[in-house]
Amino acid sequence: MVRLEHIKKVFNKNTVNEKIAIDGINLDIPEGQFVTVIGSNGAGKTTLLNLVAGTYGPDEGDILLDGECVTHLPEHQRARYYGRIFQNPLMGTAASMSIEENLAMADLRGKPRGLKWGVNKSRRGFYRESLKLLDLGLENRMKQNVSLLSGGQRQSLTLLMATLSVPKLLLLDEHTAALDPKTAQKVIQLTDQLVKEYRLTTIMVTHNMQQAIQYGDRMIMLHEGKICYDVQGEEKQALTVAEVVDRFGATLTDEALLCQAPTTGGTGC
Amino acid sequence: MLDGLLRTLPISLEQGFAYGIVALGIVISFRILAFPDLTVDGSFALGGAVVARLIMEGVSPVYGIFLATVAGFLAGCCTGLLNTRLKINSLLAGILMMTVLYSVNLRIMGRSNIQLLTVDTFITPLENLDINRFVPIIAFFAAVAFGIKILTDLFFKTQIGFAMRATGDNEQMIRTLGVNTDSMTVLGLGMSNAFVALSGAMVAQDQGFADIGMGIGMIVAGLASIIIGETLIGKQTVARKTLAALAGSVAYKWIIAVGLRLGLAPTDLKLATGVMVILALGIPALKKEKEEKLHLRGV
Repeated sequence: MVRLEHIKKVFNKNTVNEKIAIDGINLDIPEGQFVTVIGSNGAGKTTLLNLVAGTYGPDEGDILLDGECVTHLPEHQRARYYGRIFQNPLMGTAASMSIEENLAMADLRGKPRGLKWGVNKSRRGFYRESLKLLDLGLENRMKQNVSLLSGGQRQSLTLLMATLSVPKLLLLDEHTAALDPKTAQKVIQLTDQLVKEYRLTTIMVTHNMQQAIQYGDRMIMLHEGKICYDVQGEEKQALTVAEVVDRFGATLTDEALLCQAPTTGGTGC
Repeated sequence: MLDGLLRTLPISLEQGFAYGIVALGIVISFRILAFPDLTVDGSFALGGAVVARLIMEGVSPVYGIFLATVAGFLAGCCTGLLNTRLKINSLLAGILMMTVLYSVNLRIMGRSNIQLLTVDTFITPLENLDINRFVPIIAFFAAVAFGIKILTDLFFKTQIGFAMRATGDNEQMIRTLGVNTDSMTVLGLGMSNAFVALSGAMVAQDQGFADIGMGIGMIVAGLASIIIGETLIGKQTVARKTLAALAGSVAYKWIIAVGLRLGLAPTDLKLATGVMVILALGIPALKKEKEEKLHLRGV
């Protein structure tokens, strides 16, 4: 489903601040796999996600989505492949528009837009049912502006929007990091539920090692732009935080990563 | 005083609706797209210049208005392309187009001023009616202004309209939903300046001349109208924003007309307008109220 071939990304090329963010990564993610990506600050996690999403292109290498080379496709033309959620809960929704209008926009992901009514009345029932899934009472507030919702509610809505027109790929960029622990737990569980229900190919970047180990079929650890650990199947099931820290403690200098309380979903410490 | 208020009402309604179409255009650029487009000063005069030249060439006034609107649309698209293709800062892109249009308008007119008092314009049949001049003219401008307001409201309820609103609200988000936000910016600025040029074309005929300087200060006057209107009407929905633009425009023209009657020198008009906008934007900050910043892209 996702294939990265010798991807290299350099920021501030030919300056003193030159930084090799991604250094020749090869990665093959089969359809339906839920991959968690972990690594310390500056390891290249978000860069990797941005490259797949098309926020910017790589300096070298090719990116294939669903067998098609998308290396040079701009972000908005890749949109039909993926749904994406950002770390900042404000980034996934349009605040000045209503819940219903936001859902209607997500419903048209990657499709041509014309002069038909923005909210298709026959889809309203579907939106209402989908909102009920969130269990936040939003189904009764569909006409209200999104700016009235809390961060957690907005992130839940974003999650719903990202999965509404079932995408081939789901990109999650530390999407629970800015939420309080309780809300974060709820959002991550909802994520897991939706991913399983639709068998979505998913890449989830996280700072939280407990999350990375607990969820998903495969875990990739990045270090200085390279994949330093790639584990899946039974081996991943048996993994524990202590084990990983034991093995990679020397390279994982990031404190936020190491002192994660094992049961909370938020930012520990 | 009351007499003054009443006497200035007809002219305020006439000008308020005519210039209200400019305010509608500015709602699209500043409020919906969050794009601080300064092309307006140039595209207003562009509308006047195109229609004046065409009428002098013997083209029918209605067709002239149509072509002036198209010219405004193209001018707005140019500003959008400067910003999206050439990555020129939004404010600078507008100022550049405004400057370029100054020369373009002189070229179109061939001189700095064309008077239209002695030729037939769309105003002529309205003035020849056997009633008070103000009645048909106010009715006409009100009908055009509200017609455009309603069309604008409807447009922003469509799929493309949603995409344009989201472009101004959260560009990153709507891009990941597959919308080319650059196209939306170009289209939106085109629409905005089409409205402005349409207004310029009608105002030129209403006042009986097109002048190279007729657009100066238009952006600030339009913003003043919007701010006044939003205070009166609110800005929660698109329909309210557009209604606020029209109501604000009438209120603004009325305030100005009363001010003139009370002895405000016409030369001080732009100063007064500027102070009005500064106060409206500045008072909340001085009061240290919850900061409601003008959300604009590229500033």
